[in-house]
Amino acid sequence: MMIALILQYPVISAVIALGGLALIFGAVLGFAAVQFKVEGDPIVEQLDALLPQTQCGQCGHPGCRPYAEGIANGEAINKCPPGGQTTINAIADLLGIDAPSLDEEHGEEADIKTVAFIREDECIGCTKCIQACPVDAILGAAKQMHTVIADECTGCDLCVEPCPVDCIDMIPVKQSISDWKWTTPNTNHIIATDKGLSLTEGQTV
Amino acid sequence: MKTSVKTLRLENNIIAKASGEFHGGIYPPENKQQSMTLPVGSLPIPDELIFPLNQHMGAPAEPIVSVGDNVLGGQKIAEAVGMFSATIHASSSGTVSAIEERILPHPSGMSGLCIVIQTDGKHQHIDFQTCDDYLEQEPTELIEKIREAGVTGLGGAGFPTAVKLKPPANDIINTLILNGTECEPYITADHSLMLYHAEEVIASAKLLSHILGNPEHVLIGVEDNKSDAIQALASALKNSAMNNIQIMTFPTKYPSGGEKQLIQLLTGKEVPSGAIPASLGIVMQNVGTAVAAYRAVALGQPLTSRITTLVGEALTTQRNYQVLLGTPIEFALQQAGFDASNNERLIMGGPMMGFTLKELTTPIIKSTNCIIAPSKKELPSPPPAQECIRCGLCSEVCPVSLLPQQLYWYAKAEDYERAQNYNLFDCIECGACSYVCSSNIPLVQYYRATKGSIRQQEQEKIKSDHARQRFEFRQRRFAKAEAEKIAKREARKKAAAKAKQLQAEKLARNPEANKDSTPKCDPVTEAIARVKAKENDPAAQQARLERSINSAKNRMTKLQEKLANAEHDKKNPISAQIKQVEVRLQNAEKQLAEFTSSEVVDDKPTIQDAASSAIEKAKANTAALANMSEKEKLEKQLTSLKQRLKKAHQRLADAEQENNEHLDAFKNSVTKLEQKLKDTQTQLSASTKADKYGLN
Repeated sequence: MMIALILQYPVISAVIALGGLALIFGAVLGFAAVQFKVEGDPIVEQLDALLPQTQCGQCGHPGCRPYAEGIANGEAINKCPPGGQTTINAIADLLGIDAPSLDEEHGEEADIKTVAFIREDECIGCTKCIQACPVDAILGAAKQMHTVIADECTGCDLCVEPCPVDCIDMIPVKQSISDWKWTTPNTNHIIATDKGLSLTEGQTV
Repeated sequence: MKTSVKTLRLENNIIAKASGEFHGGIYPPENKQQSMTLPVGSLPIPDELIFPLNQHMGAPAEPIVSVGDNVLGGQKIAEAVGMFSATIHASSSGTVSAIEERILPHPSGMSGLCIVIQTDGKHQHIDFQTCDDYLEQEPTELIEKIREAGVTGLGGAGFPTAVKLKPPANDIINTLILNGTECEPYITADHSLMLYHAEEVIASAKLLSHILGNPEHVLIGVEDNKSDAIQALASALKNSAMNNIQIMTFPTKYPSGGEKQLIQLLTGKEVPSGAIPASLGIVMQNVGTAVAAYRAVALGQPLTSRITTLVGEALTTQRNYQVLLGTPIEFALQQAGFDASNNERLIMGGPMMGFTLKELTTPIIKSTNCIIAPSKKELPSPPPAQECIRCGLCSEVCPVSLLPQQLYWYAKAEDYERAQNYNLFDCIECGACSYVCSSNIPLVQYYRATKGSIRQQEQEKIKSDHARQRFEFRQRRFAKAEAEKIAKREARKKAAAKAKQLQAEKLARNPEANKDSTPKCDPVTEAIARVKAKENDPAAQQARLERSINSAKNRMTKLQEKLANAEHDKKNPISAQIKQVEVRLQNAEKQLAEFTSSEVVDDKPTIQDAASSAIEKAKANTAALANMSEKEKLEKQLTSLKQRLKKAHQRLADAEQENNEHLDAFKNSVTKLEQKLKDTQTQLSASTKADKYGLN
């Protein structure tokens, strides 16, 4: 009976079959879109993971995550001095764009890592630096001396400005043997005939 | 897991030829004969011994002596911190002169905390507890002894030996390898140890085999360029009658002494990337380390000295020395006849993997196997690097089958991800690629720098993740505090609204209560209003004064008429009355005159005074009234009524006498007062009754 009908109206039955399939797949896809919806914006997460998390605000955003969101919305990627060129390169790599050099307007890339240090004799216990610290790295209470937990300090220097007695210093982190690393060799390539010259004149080529 | 050892058995199964192979390798000039012409020498005791607290891998040791303490040779001066650390012992007797920062024998040239001992030259030492039955003891006890003796790897890396002898519990060890390869040029420390202390090497193999639960194979791997050492070991082995130990020889090639390369040579197995040999059931120890472990267990001697090769054309005597640990390198070199004028740099370790020493004052430590003091001609500074010509020699010699050229590009471009994808961390930094590089590129230095950068990045990543966590936590905390504040504010607002509503409802239910309260303040407000009115209107005041003058004048004329009409005997009282009125009139006129004159001037003070006194009086009255109890109020009322009644009676009597026309009115007021008095009396009695029963 069915077969007879199909044979009788091949075009119509084909249209019905295809339409039915389209409906079924449409329903499956619609269900999947609702059921397996991706939460959040993965690109923001990835960008945030690349940023140095100093939360220093030098980029003009109140923290690294807001800047990651800013980049996701098309902002320039060269506004992060603490991350420096390495971070810019990593972000450029992620976004598949050319890496610009650091925008000096937002600060210079520091060669040496620093941490905040409170000269404890001078501290008056005003808690202003505690409120400024984005990572809760300063310990203390009102009218009690404050001190910086050096391991938690990101060196963002946000605590320096609010101090009314100017007792916070940014001191370079002391390098120890455990975090020493070999340096990349000098890449002064010369041609073979300069060999003797360079040996007598040292490093100048 | 069963390990098949690929061997060709020679000479009563004692010496065998290893048939394994590893990729690449180089054949640099050996330069071993210079230091082997003389037997192992000994050095005098230096004036000062320096013991860096971190001369091993892992955490630095903690000093247990203080400045001024007298110490003996073999006395523990620093305690290991945690599992992954090593103790340090004094190598001679003397006094601790300082615990301070000194420059370390490290490629960084950095300084670190060191214990400095001023020696007394007596070389006294503690009593060493010898032990003959160590093969009967528990492995854990023996490991503890080795740990206590501060034994670390003497081959170069300085890995704590006790840790290595405790392989993960799920790895069953079936092969122990003693590494006597010593494949780097110049170094002969292990060679001379095997040659002159062959019995101890064999005994140490027995000891380690016992600690590891007697594995199936015990192999001693020696390169075939040390035939005398092989013979010495073979004869020692024959004498000891230990038949499970085998000496394995293989052709000289650099870097066959690398741990993974030697395993490949001896067993044909390749240790997987990122795994340790124990995962294949293999434990390897350097022969020097093994002998140190043996001396720690059998002789009770902690690790306080080692054999170090002093070699190079800048020395007059090139040989191996048994040196006390902590001996300053400068002192050792002087003993060997060091000619500083003929030397450009000093190398600690071998020429392939060693590093240039920056300071001569640094000491010889547990891992110092060799110090090379080459003449200027012997090991010239490397020629300047040129561009890579992509000859591919580096990948041909790489013992780990890496692609050094690719790694070089990525290292140069700081493309760490790709460098890692090309297995940068499998590089053993042997230097074979740099050795063959036709462009003299210091490849290994690139790899070391890149490895360091990657490790640093990983550390920074951990730190930045931590910072992020703390930042986010802080944000959450602030948000929570803010939400709590808002909630509190809302609650207060709600409470206030509710209270207002309640008040309104109360008012709606009982409007009287509200009305009652208002009249209470009426007398005061009215008085104020009155006074204000007076104050504000001097015209009214003047009018009032004028009125009183007029009325006094009227009365005066009436009285004068009366006086004229009156009989003689009644003249006196009337004239007195006239006088009174006259005085009053005069007063009034005076007041008026004063008022009109002072009108321009400020007349307020008097009036204000009067007003304020009136207000005060009224206030006092109300206050008194409010303060009085019901009963007191009634009593007061009663007395005032009585007085008023008395006055009223007086007036009535006067009126009757005078036959006044208002007599009726007077009578009426008296009866009214009498009625009021009666009412008040009844009320008072009721209230006293109530008081009696305590109901008030």
